Amino acid sequence: MALTGLFLCTFLVGHLAGNLQLLISDPTHAAESFNAYAQFMTTNPLVKILSYVTYFSILFHAIDGIMLVMANRAARPQRYAHERASTSSVWASRNMGILGTAMLAFIIIHMSDFWFEMHFEMKPTFKLDNGKEVKDLYLEVVEAFHSFPYMLLYVLCMIPIGFHLYHGFQSAFRTLGLIHENLTLLVKRVGVIFSIVVPMAFAIIPLYVYHFIPSAEEIQKSESYKAKSTLIEVEND
Amino acid sequence: MNLKLKIWRQEGQNDQGRMVDYQANNVSDDMSFLEMLDVLNEELIEKGDDPIAFDHDCREGICGMCSLFINGEAHGPVKGVTTCQLHMRSFKDGETIFIEPWRAKAFPVVKDLAVNRSAFDRIIQSGGYVSVNTSGNTLDANAIAIPKPNADKAFDAATCIGCGACVATCKNASATLFLSAKVSQLALLPQGQVERKERVTKMLHQMDEEGFGACTNTGACFVQCPKGISLENIARLNSEFRNALLS
Repeated sequence: MALTGLFLCTFLVGHLAGNLQLLISDPTHAAESFNAYAQFMTTNPLVKILSYVTYFSILFHAIDGIMLVMANRAARPQRYAHERASTSSVWASRNMGILGTAMLAFIIIHMSDFWFEMHFEMKPTFKLDNGKEVKDLYLEVVEAFHSFPYMLLYVLCMIPIGFHLYHGFQSAFRTLGLIHENLTLLVKRVGVIFSIVVPMAFAIIPLYVYHFIPSAEEIQKSESYKAKSTLIEVEND
Repeated sequence: MNLKLKIWRQEGQNDQGRMVDYQANNVSDDMSFLEMLDVLNEELIEKGDDPIAFDHDCREGICGMCSLFINGEAHGPVKGVTTCQLHMRSFKDGETIFIEPWRAKAFPVVKDLAVNRSAFDRIIQSGGYVSVNTSGNTLDANAIAIPKPNADKAFDAATCIGCGACVATCKNASATLFLSAKVSQLALLPQGQVERKERVTKMLHQMDEEGFGACTNTGACFVQCPKGISLENIARLNSEFRNALLS
């Protein structure tokens, strides 16, 4: 759990770094930057290997987590009639399974939205500065986040991620047996900051796109975008 | 003070068990929790009822024999004390108090509030020992120089009385804090080096065999531990296990 968990933490940082390109205010620039990045992420062989390690980590982390929860529940067949668990541990640490399940549900929704579209569907394309014509993931993202319930879902789903990280980050270090006292305190502090900053930064993206980026249709109507984008006719149908 | 008690009664291992209501009247503030139960038991005996079985021995907080999950917490609401050192002044007049046995698959109920904690003994037997030369030239332990910080940490770990509060309070009924204290106290000392690697592996294996859960680092064990055994020991246990695996 610790090794895959920490690997997935580094994945989150990478994923976030890429997504921050969505904060570029000019849609044409943002599309150029983000689509080129998406193109790189789906074609570079090293990134491909890394992405398979990530898929494996998510699956392993989820299956191992489910097995752990089941084994740990079996260790106490008879529950207490009266229990005051909150006096001795934080809520997140006791509900990693529930938080993880919520995250898994989000990952499935999230991947069917963007990952599946990127790999298997999606019609509009975008011509990069280097002449390559690629699938326009940027437009897809803008379109998705302009739906209010959708945007809200993405923002709210960052909450379980935050709580999961709040416990998981520092827990992983103890599982790995790092015992230096000063380091323990440092890890705890970094973990708290990580669990707040990373989900918040992720949540800012859909909020920003919803409020400050014009809708996908408006973007496609702009002159600078028209020059690069294809399939306008299909979109207008 | 007068108290309402809800106490777990169970005839034996095969009995289903149930919570039973009792009334404890004229309880003195100065009574220990166990003395309050003693008085209740005397009343039950006078009435011809079966007294409530509970574990106790030294009644001065050092033997690790007393247990009880009181009002949802191991050893009751006061931190850093065992049930025998918990006094009735920690409760309010008219309060309802839930009294339950330690709940864990590895700690089967013997009767009422008494559970069988032999699983801890078997964990110790599996590796919690050191080899000592007994051929007549035994080295005096005091003659072996030990760095003061290590001696302190080993001593802190050794204050674990093996009461099982960590298991009782852990949502996974894990014995990791207990195990980590026992592994740490020996791993930190020169005497413990001979069996260092096999000890941690064997004891962890035995803990799993006994049906305890796995550690998910909630930290509840440390909060409820009457001896305040530090979570640093769990990190050390994991580090010992990692070293044993990788070497």
